[in-house]
Amino acid sequence: MKNSLTIAGKELAGYFLQPVAYVVMTVFLLLGGFFFFALLRYFEVTLTAYSAMQNPEVLQRLNLNERVIEPMLHNLAIVLVILVPAITMRSFAEEKRTGTYELLLTAPIRTGEIVAGKFIAAAAFMLIMIGLAGMFPLILVAFGNPEVGVMFSGYLGLAFLAVSFVAIGLFTSSLTQNQIIAAISCFGLLLLLFVISWPAQAGGGSLADLVRYLSLPEHFAQMVTGIIDTRDIVYFLSLIFVALFLTQRSVESARWR
Amino acid sequence: MIEVKNLTKAYGNFVAVKDVSFKAENGSILGFLGPNGAGKTTTMRIITGYMPATAGTVLIDGLDIFSQSLEARRKIGYLPESPPLYPDMRVEAYLRFVAKLRGVPRAKIESALEHVLEVCGLADMPHRICGQLSKGYRQRVGLAQALIHDPPVLVLDEPTIGLDPRQIHEIRGLIHHLAGNRTVVLSTHILPEVSQICDKVVIIADGQVVLEEYLKKLPAGTSLEDIFLNAITKERHDDAASAEETLEEVGAGHT
Repeated sequence: MKNSLTIAGKELAGYFLQPVAYVVMTVFLLLGGFFFFALLRYFEVTLTAYSAMQNPEVLQRLNLNERVIEPMLHNLAIVLVILVPAITMRSFAEEKRTGTYELLLTAPIRTGEIVAGKFIAAAAFMLIMIGLAGMFPLILVAFGNPEVGVMFSGYLGLAFLAVSFVAIGLFTSSLTQNQIIAAISCFGLLLLLFVISWPAQAGGGSLADLVRYLSLPEHFAQMVTGIIDTRDIVYFLSLIFVALFLTQRSVESARWR
Repeated sequence: MIEVKNLTKAYGNFVAVKDVSFKAENGSILGFLGPNGAGKTTTMRIITGYMPATAGTVLIDGLDIFSQSLEARRKIGYLPESPPLYPDMRVEAYLRFVAKLRGVPRAKIESALEHVLEVCGLADMPHRICGQLSKGYRQRVGLAQALIHDPPVLVLDEPTIGLDPRQIHEIRGLIHHLAGNRTVVLSTHILPEVSQICDKVVIIADGQVVLEEYLKKLPAGTSLEDIFLNAITKERHDDAASAEETLEEVGAGHT
């Protein structure tokens, strides 16, 4: 554990020694702010229009969460598909290329500790970034009366999603010494998780059920609408576990005879 | 003490190291010689536990690098062919990181850091960024990194490569000074280096050991260069050449 934290500390500090982390954070928050502004503006327009119609029932149904926070979180999830590979692609690939991998693998630490350290750092970075994006709902709380619980659930979903992405990114980075290959294959896997259920849309049967279970948006959408279900949490946790397990195997494979 | 036992490493069909065995005693400096591509780096990577051998094993102070890997790795300080520096980190932060990774107790990190900075001639540049250092200073940081946990076994892969003559002189002096009761294995293809600082020489060619001998036992009057050239050409002509045969021949040729 101590070794993992040593590596995590070095990694996290390393993110900020390079401009990449700042760029990723800026892009994420700028886009988040833009979505927030655009959706809020649209909400306001709709609200004014319905108010003019003097129909209190319709007005009741206009929900700040549904109209602003939900679509914003869905958009940010897509933005993460692109940004997470940019953060994780270096993790192993760069160490292999520059030769520092030799330092890590000859140090008296377990491969699991190396993987855990890198995972903690990248996950912490994502959580900081998503935490900063928490300012958008805070603005709503300051000026309106939204449902805090639902927003929290949505952000929790986004956090789970980002951390799962990180685990997958570490895995693809552990397979290669080329950062571009690491990023593109991570991007491909993440995108696949979004679309995997498409062929099962109409069909039934156990295969369709499986593919639907694997599909990430279904689990994420649940949390965004404010439902924290253990099934969805288990889905994200197993995604993280499987990806980290494969990463550990991939790093350890250098030691196989 | 490093015992290399019947080490073989194959990359697919290519056999880089064939049945290599040698021994480095406590308190001695072993010079590991060989032409480019002879298998020096591969052997050192196996000794340090970076890659597994296809067959055979390595004992570090009696600990098997494969089955007791963590314990064995704890005893080793390793300078790879290219110093494993993080280009964005400052020298000081980098060495602190390695110290923690190598298990130096928290309370001792500062004194260990000061010591290696002093010994490796880096006292003036703890705040420099690794990526901006010259080749020679990178090599020094690499050496500092290998020494920070005061390891009983030092494995140095071409420690003087890319340095200017003055630096080479300094680093050699440093290695000699460091040896003490450590076991040092250093690879090189600079022959005078071996005769200057090593106690024992192992020559490897095409992945096989062609000579393992104490320097003081080498036939008088023969230069290491002759022995080296003879050993590696002999190897090319006759795969079965053993170390003794090679030695005898060289000795005979000069007496």
